[in-house]
Amino acid sequence: MMARLKRRAWLSAGNLALGILLLWAGWHLFDWAVLQAVFLPDASACHALEGAGACWGVVAEKYRVIFFGRYPLEEQWRPLLAIFVMLGLLGASAIRRRRGRRLALLWASGLTVFLLLLKGGLFGLANVDTPRWGGLPLTLMLTVFGLGGAFPLAVLLALGRVGRWAALRALCTVFIEIVRGVPLVAVLFMAAFLFPLLMPKGWDIPSLLRVLVGIILFAGAYMAEVIRGGLLAVPKGQAEAAQSLGLSYWHVQLSVILPQALRKVLPALMNSAIALFKDTSLVIIVGLFELTGALGLAVDGDPKWRAFALDGYLFIAIIYWIGCFAMSRYSRALERTT
Amino acid sequence: MKLRAYALQALIVVAILLTLYGLATVVAARMRGLGVEPGFGFLGQRAGFDIGDTLIDFDAADTYGRAFVVGLLNTVAVALVAIVASLLLGAVAGLGQLARNRLFARLCVAYVELFRNVPLLLQVLIVYVLLIGRLPLPHEAWHVFGDWGPDVWLSKSGLSLPWPVWSNGALILERPVLGTFTFSGGATLTPEFIAVAAALTLFTAAYIAEVVRGSVQSVSQRQREAALALGLDEAQTLRFVVVPQALRSMIPPLANQLLNLIKNSSLAVAVGYPDLVAVADTTLNQSGHAVECIAIIMVVYLFLSLLTAAIMGGWHARLLRRQGGSA
Amino acid sequence: MKIIFLLAVLLCPGLACAGKTSDAILERGQLACGVSTGVAGFSAADSKGEWRGMDVDFCRALAAAVLKDPNKVRWSPLTSQQRFTALQSGEIDVLSRNTTWTLGRDAGQGLVYAGYIFIDGQGFLVHKRSGVMSAKQLDGAEICVQTGTTTEKNLAEFARASRIRFKTLMFENLRAVLKAFFSGRCQAFTADASALASIRANDSGKPEDYVVLPERISKEPLGPVVRRGDEDWFAVVRWTLFALLEAEERGITQANVDALRARSDDPAVQRLLGVGEDVGKPLGLDREWVYRVIKAVGNYGEIFERNVGPASLLQLPRGINALPRDGGVMYAPPLR
Ligand SMILES: N[C@@H](CCC(=O)N[C@@H](CS)C(=O)NCC(=O)O)C(=O)O
Repeated sequence: MMARLKRRAWLSAGNLALGILLLWAGWHLFDWAVLQAVFLPDASACHALEGAGACWGVVAEKYRVIFFGRYPLEEQWRPLLAIFVMLGLLGASAIRRRRGRRLALLWASGLTVFLLLLKGGLFGLANVDTPRWGGLPLTLMLTVFGLGGAFPLAVLLALGRVGRWAALRALCTVFIEIVRGVPLVAVLFMAAFLFPLLMPKGWDIPSLLRVLVGIILFAGAYMAEVIRGGLLAVPKGQAEAAQSLGLSYWHVQLSVILPQALRKVLPALMNSAIALFKDTSLVIIVGLFELTGALGLAVDGDPKWRAFALDGYLFIAIIYWIGCFAMSRYSRALERTT
Repeated sequence: MKLRAYALQALIVVAILLTLYGLATVVAARMRGLGVEPGFGFLGQRAGFDIGDTLIDFDAADTYGRAFVVGLLNTVAVALVAIVASLLLGAVAGLGQLARNRLFARLCVAYVELFRNVPLLLQVLIVYVLLIGRLPLPHEAWHVFGDWGPDVWLSKSGLSLPWPVWSNGALILERPVLGTFTFSGGATLTPEFIAVAAALTLFTAAYIAEVVRGSVQSVSQRQREAALALGLDEAQTLRFVVVPQALRSMIPPLANQLLNLIKNSSLAVAVGYPDLVAVADTTLNQSGHAVECIAIIMVVYLFLSLLTAAIMGGWHARLLRRQGGSA
Repeated sequence: MKIIFLLAVLLCPGLACAGKTSDAILERGQLACGVSTGVAGFSAADSKGEWRGMDVDFCRALAAAVLKDPNKVRWSPLTSQQRFTALQSGEIDVLSRNTTWTLGRDAGQGLVYAGYIFIDGQGFLVHKRSGVMSAKQLDGAEICVQTGTTTEKNLAEFARASRIRFKTLMFENLRAVLKAFFSGRCQAFTADASALASIRANDSGKPEDYVVLPERISKEPLGPVVRRGDEDWFAVVRWTLFALLEAEERGITQANVDALRARSDDPAVQRLLGVGEDVGKPLGLDREWVYRVIKAVGNYGEIFERNVGPASLLQLPRGINALPRDGGVMYAPPLR
């Protein structure tokens, strides 16, 4: 009994110490990030801080490059609009519980508008080549189109890997395991340096597309494993029952087994989506300027603001964090309702 | 029916093999067209570039092959350090989330949510910018342990510390000394190494914490209560009842996280730490052997992955055997 | 369908199914020009996203010659590592980006150099406070360098030859090097001296705090590069370069080009400006191409002065890049 009381006392003493420490740290963080911080795009004020406060002025000064990369200045309303289109699409699919044809139609038209806004060349919009795309729209585009391409690939690979055909099983297994065994950076290098060697001369496929293909192959292999887990978790009896009704093998797989399997692994698929969203930051390594790269573009080359790269990175870290956190919360909500 | 299926399968395999063969021919022809003879012979050629951060001696007169070994060793070094550190941190944060102390538990949850939801690359860059931006120049280096402790210096050139070396047949502790520009002697952990290792650790530990928490939670509350009722105290319950069971369900997902960590160490290129991928990248550019360099990266990572999987699998099997499979 | 594709893929490397570069450019209506990601004075985007610099002007000259409009250029900013792949794969028609002419690149990589537009050498940039006056004093220093360059190899050779040791820090893009160097991570930054002058003037924030050391440890003739196997396009690029030099030699400038075309009775000037003997036909161009080039970007001397010369931000002396009559080596064979 005594021992227990003593422990309690210790615990609360520890609690107190920890609490004070947290308060102290929290206060300093608040002081640094808000009270002392410079919010205006004033480089000399930022330099005068000497680290005592954050320089959010770097974002105020550079937000255009950070959000839109090298996109032509006078056309930047287009990527801005594109961001809202994409966020609207994501929001609409998250809120409306009814899925199906209407949603598919919405996505198809939304994505067309998204691409049209970015690329232009029609309806009097000036053409903007893919190398100039950048910033947040590029991050969103790589994530959404990456997922859109990876998902069907993953379904095929997963079905192939659990399917009846030994040769196909082996092929899918080899592909999945090889891709999962290598880093994304290597896949991106392949897209940047190897694909061009494979292409017929004169076919100049923009590096954005090559990189997107690389991302799709990579994410596809990971998602395939997730989906395979779901397929294996569907009781065997179901397939047999459905087949005994005279449905063909593929029919059974696609309309009976797959939907159940997907429902089972929805949270895990969501995790893959979050991972992909974060992974898009790597494309800077092959010279595409999505959010992370655009920040480097904005700050590293500018002597006035170079010293405040950290504040810029923290700012975009917050953006990524919000995106990831929202997705994981949404996934949890899904888990509860299905 | 059966026959048709087999024929179709055979056709698919043949088609894929043919395509691969075709692609290989195209690449080889293209490379010859560019004046590069496909093959791994170039590994024996003189590299011609220097590498700053090496575990074994290397200079520009050495071969590309040796450069790859240097890169591989750097990859292994940074991955090993990060594995050990992230296992420790992950265990603390994972168990911490379940701690009775609410404040500490909240803190651990906050840590996990914070670091899991920010891209690793960004974390690497943030740590790196922090290090090279805020640390003093070598001449004003911080003497970490003051004037009495061991001679450890922290500056923009990294963490310089004493290191044992063989000298005249005896093992002596060599101390870092400040030269004209930076420290020499002893050992140096460069900011690039520290940035990659630290970010890998913080990022992976957040995931490991979730694995640990999940596994511990999966051990039923009843068992815990039973153990407590038997007179074991909390620490003993954890040590003898919860951990052994949790460990068993923990190992496969843990293995996955370690595999990810190893692959993620390739982000080193972003801050110029000369890991395998960075060396391969430089070699690819200097020699023109893109296909071979990428093939080497792939094979090495596949090997590292298999090795890790085998080690973790072995551990898992041993645990299962020792515990006799009883729940 | 698939089989045809496969066949096409298989046959293409053998047969030149790419066709003529000039035709592709005309069809596209744009010249695809590879430049650097940002070395002010040579190729860098200004705050409005407009590309400026010597290497940029050269591409504008090419576009003026081939497409009759200097603005019809698609710019591809390329790091040191990406540049050759981009050219080999056909992503760009010409690489006009501080790229050194070496035997290995000219002969071994499916590329050809059309000449040199700026002759340079590798140097070192250091902070003044280090007190270093010569590269030889850098023994033991940490040196930042960009990978995929001649620079990293020269550095290693220089260290061996002068029996000193460096700790080399390699970064894959220029901004990463700048970040590392200017935050004090390394004590020196090595690159082409012209690029260093540009970085000191434009990217350091405080040019007076930095010095480019006097040594030039290598030869770096920088020039435009094209793919091997299309001699016609190669000729256009190379003679555009010569036309810029010849115009300077003959005193034809952006300002006086119209007046000269109307009034000059010098046959050489008439020939250049499209009112005499036709110098377009052999290249597959019209006869006024040089006129358009000069009208668009001026002659070589003007391009130099405007972008990197003593009056510009970079303040580089003309030096070896002068015409032969002024003691330089910029020599053009006769345009006729
Ligand atoms: N002339 C050398 C070096 C050229 C080079 O790439 N230099 C770097 C360092 S200043 C550069 O221009 N980088 C600009 C970029 O990557 O965009 C070569 O051809 O290899």
